[in-house]
Amino acid sequence: MVYLTRKIEFSASHLYHNPAFTAEENRRIFGKCNNPHGHGHNYTLEVTVAGEPDPTTGMVLDLKELKEILEREVTQRMDHRFLNYEVPELKGQIPTCENIVRVIWNLLEPRIHQGKLHRVRLYETPDLFAECYRNEAKPRE
Amino acid sequence: MKRSRVSDALKIELGRRYRFAASHRLHTERLSAEENVRVYGKCNNPHGHGHNYVVEISISGNIDPATGMIANLADLDAFVEREVLEPFDHKSLNEEIPAFREKVPTTENVCKEIFQRLRHFPNARLERVRIEETSNNAFEYVGEEN
Repeated sequence: MVYLTRKIEFSASHLYHNPAFTAEENRRIFGKCNNPHGHGHNYTLEVTVAGEPDPTTGMVLDLKELKEILEREVTQRMDHRFLNYEVPELKGQIPTCENIVRVIWNLLEPRIHQGKLHRVRLYETPDLFAECYRNEAKPRE
Repeated sequence: MKRSRVSDALKIELGRRYRFAASHRLHTERLSAEENVRVYGKCNNPHGHGHNYVVEISISGNIDPATGMIANLADLDAFVEREVLEPFDHKSLNEEIPAFREKVPTTENVCKEIFQRLRHFPNARLERVRIEETSNNAFEYVGEEN
């Protein structure tokens, strides 16, 4: 099995707010992330696909195709957007790294037809990230 | 707030990186002076030396639909600060961390010690501790159950 990883970046704004909480609870639980005007990050996304190289092409999947899938499913949807208001898949969810990475997994998995989506890792900052993978497959380091 | 569709088939982990600077000396009484020099080389210098350590931890658990989080980052940061950064940062690992009076403070052993200190973080499972001793050396420990 070969693991192939492609990295992309996108920039987006968000805020953390749960209308079921009081204003004080929102401030206490979410801290600075509760600022009603929002704030932004440069996100880095790493997408890993696992598979056997095709004997003819030598590829697990065509990187150009993966690039297009990421462009269509992630960049066009999320880059330079306000995640709370402009990404329907996140509606009703707090746009934390954990929730965004799960949304991205669910967007990508059905689009990948060569190889299998193995891991999606999303960095919100260089020191904070969330990752998603199928429960049976431990992430490979 | 709408309940998020948590699929059991997907596992989500949260990773966080922290830093501390500390000194250590690699030396064991079980070996002779010459053997210590042979095994540990420059790291056996009696006065010790230091590193800027990067500690990357990963936790897993259910995403709380009310907060969107596996664990509140402020709680996690405070826990790591109390259990690891405060006792380790700008310290001599050999002299100031009780576990290293007996054990050699190699980064392998530092990984295990930090894992022990963090494994009781409430409401989430500690998946692994990865330490970069320098930008060229990294060590990882996932506990004994994995």
